[in-house]
Amino acid sequence: MSHPFHIVVCGSVAPDPLQTLEPVILPGGPGLKNEMLLPNVLDPWAAHALYEAANLAKSAPGSRVWLVSLGPKAKLQQVMMTIAQKVPFELVALDGPAGGFVDAHATAAVLADAINGIAGLDKTRLLVFGGWESATRCSGVTMQLVGERLGIFDQFQGVDRLTVEDDGSLRVLERIEGGRHQVSSVQGPPAVIGWATGHLAEPPNNPQVGMANMRGVMPALQKAKATPVAGGGLSFVRVEQPKQLRDTRIVKDVSPDEIAREIVAWVRGA
Amino acid sequence: MLRTLPDDDVRAILWRYADRYDLQMLVQSARGVARGPVARLVAAGGRNSHEWTPEKDELLKACDEAGLSAVGLDVEHGGFIEGPKNLALAIVAFELAWVDAGAATSNLANFLALGPIHERGTEQQRAFYMSAAAPVPGGEREPWRGAFALTEPIPYVGVETGLLGGKARVAVWEEGQEPILQIDKRGRFITGMGFADFVSAAVDSADERIKGSCMVILEKTDPGIFDRGVPARKLVHQLSSTRDPVFSLRVPASRIVGGYTVINGVIIPNFSHGEVIEAVFRRTRVTVGLMTAAKLLSAIEPVIRYHRGRFRGGEGIVPGSPRYEFGLQQKEDVLHRLVDIWATGEAAAALGFEAARVFDELDPIERQKDAFFAERGIDRGRAQMKALAKISKDALEYLAQSHRRPDQRNTERYDALAADPMVRFVLLDAVANVICPAVKLWNTGHGANVMREAVSLVGGYGITEDCPGFLGYKWMDSQLEATYEGPEAVQRRQLSITMTNELFLAQFGHWTTEMRQVASEHPGTGACTLATAMQLWLWTLVTFPLADALAWLLATRQQVLDVLNLMTRGWENPVVAEQLPTLAPFLMDLCHVQTARAAGEVGRISAELIFGYRRQPAPDGHGLSACDPADGFKSSEDVITGIAATAHIDGHVIEADGSHPVKAGPCAGTEGLEPFLRMRTKLDSCLAGARLAKDRAAEGLMRVMIPEALGYPL
Repeated sequence: MSHPFHIVVCGSVAPDPLQTLEPVILPGGPGLKNEMLLPNVLDPWAAHALYEAANLAKSAPGSRVWLVSLGPKAKLQQVMMTIAQKVPFELVALDGPAGGFVDAHATAAVLADAINGIAGLDKTRLLVFGGWESATRCSGVTMQLVGERLGIFDQFQGVDRLTVEDDGSLRVLERIEGGRHQVSSVQGPPAVIGWATGHLAEPPNNPQVGMANMRGVMPALQKAKATPVAGGGLSFVRVEQPKQLRDTRIVKDVSPDEIAREIVAWVRGA
Repeated sequence: MLRTLPDDDVRAILWRYADRYDLQMLVQSARGVARGPVARLVAAGGRNSHEWTPEKDELLKACDEAGLSAVGLDVEHGGFIEGPKNLALAIVAFELAWVDAGAATSNLANFLALGPIHERGTEQQRAFYMSAAAPVPGGEREPWRGAFALTEPIPYVGVETGLLGGKARVAVWEEGQEPILQIDKRGRFITGMGFADFVSAAVDSADERIKGSCMVILEKTDPGIFDRGVPARKLVHQLSSTRDPVFSLRVPASRIVGGYTVINGVIIPNFSHGEVIEAVFRRTRVTVGLMTAAKLLSAIEPVIRYHRGRFRGGEGIVPGSPRYEFGLQQKEDVLHRLVDIWATGEAAAALGFEAARVFDELDPIERQKDAFFAERGIDRGRAQMKALAKISKDALEYLAQSHRRPDQRNTERYDALAADPMVRFVLLDAVANVICPAVKLWNTGHGANVMREAVSLVGGYGITEDCPGFLGYKWMDSQLEATYEGPEAVQRRQLSITMTNELFLAQFGHWTTEMRQVASEHPGTGACTLATAMQLWLWTLVTFPLADALAWLLATRQQVLDVLNLMTRGWENPVVAEQLPTLAPFLMDLCHVQTARAAGEVGRISAELIFGYRRQPAPDGHGLSACDPADGFKSSEDVITGIAATAHIDGHVIEADGSHPVKAGPCAGTEGLEPFLRMRTKLDSCLAGARLAKDRAAEGLMRVMIPEALGYPL
């Protein structure tokens, strides 16, 4: 039996982790050196959520997937050139700040408003997806706050697997301590799912999907409203630069066991 | 000061596809394949075999999934890019070659095989083979892959398009039936042959019932011998399959590319093989040139990283010390040489992408031209040349008018000429005929030399498998790019013919003026130096030896124009706008460096030509008559102090006993060469500021922030 869903994925951009990410204090607050100039990717946690959403929608005919993104419009457009080729979705773009130093409460308010404004959204079939964590040094509470504002109280964080049962209920595997999962069951939508890494590989680029998506993505980007995010009284008393020296080492021809041994040795020695 | 390396937004504006999201997506798509499966295979030693392995075969599938196998196909045949595809194919070649040019060749060889069918095939041939080559989403059907078979083994090894060992004969021709042809051909160095489902083969007639040569499509299931042959034991591009096949097959005459006509019992192919390959090569050679450009630009980041980290880990070299932070970058030499590599890469990419854009613009106009002549019953050959000659006169008139002030133009005539697609065609065609061989000649030939510099900048590392960025492989590969699809000598020969076309020269003259105008507004680009070099080139113009010099000029001119475009349009993109204040001056400095080098080349080649063909004076016979008696100078010492010593230094004297200074002879005179000497002197003085620009660019290399690690495996 098919249970179509309306899945809204909240996700935005993050600097490419391969780049040199050097924290600095800027006139407007803390940030990264040359942050606007660094190439961006879709936040890896949100990306997992998006791929899971598309996979779920594919298995439930009639489903729709929206990606709600709050970030600098130019950066969103840059990232869409890749993401739009991965899976089908409709973009809701909000031209505003993104990063780890934006107030999560204010961000959640903006995202919830945007979700409420989606035309044709059936909230009885709504699943709000997002990253459990973020690569932007954020506080990791945005998804919970979005859910609260939307009045969705079935919330799951650190999710690695979501299965739709025959009766339409959802079986959810959440990460807990000790590398184990907690299994939950919920009758059905609406629910908020904060994804961990999920279990899907990154889909290959598919230009046909990309061309179809871009017909909606480009107008969405053009229409993206400037969306200031209030500070919410948030101020940073102190921001410390990491104490450790990042020293990337590139090795080849090393077995996973060897790598594991080295990491354990490093942790023990640290 | 330069803050980060130019990103995709910058490149999209520089290379003029910022308003095309299909191409921007293609960049990411090709990059995903290049820096994913291709890089992993190279790192895993996939290049260490010339056999076609299952691992290499997986790359074809990766290209299928990412849409790269469909880039050259029209939408109705399973492609996804509307309109001309030259720029799209150029982008794919560039991105794949950023990691490995063999992978790029493997993908593009398919389009080379489809090229004859796309450019000259019949509607039925196009529909069938293009659709067959289209990957099907989900992989329900394996797409057909092709190979292009022109080159033949000894005695005609290499491409000599006038001579073909491959033969076509009529095998069976029953009354009222399609003739069946017997095709016999041996190929040499045929790319894609390890997995080809069909082959576009060039053959000549060996039967009085077939006229001339043609290209014919062979399929692997055709009756007869379809032997893929032995793998070529090549040292380069090992991620592409290259073999020496043997074909002896029977095929219907409908496989002749472009079809045929039967007149008096003779099969007359609608296109000779020469006509077909001319249409194909002039497009595909551009992508080859871009492969080498990609390698040059791909070398920048790993070389900077290597230089900065060179001394880290050494005893007493502590973080924060100049030796730790800058490593080899403390030395001016490595910085300046890397600036040269970067400037060359920018110029090569600028020229290559411009060529691709020219062909994108030319493609639909060329079809209009074909329709125009067909409507008027003007056949190919002499009749068409005559008609084009008339249109060329109109085009020259249009050029002359277009560079007048609007109030000095014959507006009605000017508007009519401007709207005439045939005028646009001949103008563009003249440029395309020059720019294509220029890209192939300069990007690959000069690019291979500069790539060696890049390898040398990482010391012994450069010639190991572990070299970051696979620089050693790229250096070797670039030599193949300078060789295949027409080696440098062929390109030089073609260029020496096309660059003397009056339509090209007229446009070149206007480009010179354009550079002067650019210089007046943006002197930091070195455009004035370039304009002077262009003038000197035009003044010197003789054919063959100046072909290389022209390629230098065209590449540098395009580099300047691209940077100007970035400075104009970059403000429209907030991400680029933030970079412009630091990026634009840096890129302008690279232009200035490159204009100085181009000017140097023009000056050197011109001087060699001007003086090199003058007889060297010798201290005998006629030569001695140019010398003055030493005694005469001595007597003049009272009037002009030092004249005798000066005369001896110059060697223009002969002593009373007939002896003369030890040297070849009197110095060569410069009578009649005053205009050249004036221009040459001016050109030298135009180099003002070029080294200062290089110093600034070098400092930019020291400060630029680079990623923590390379974006693909080692």
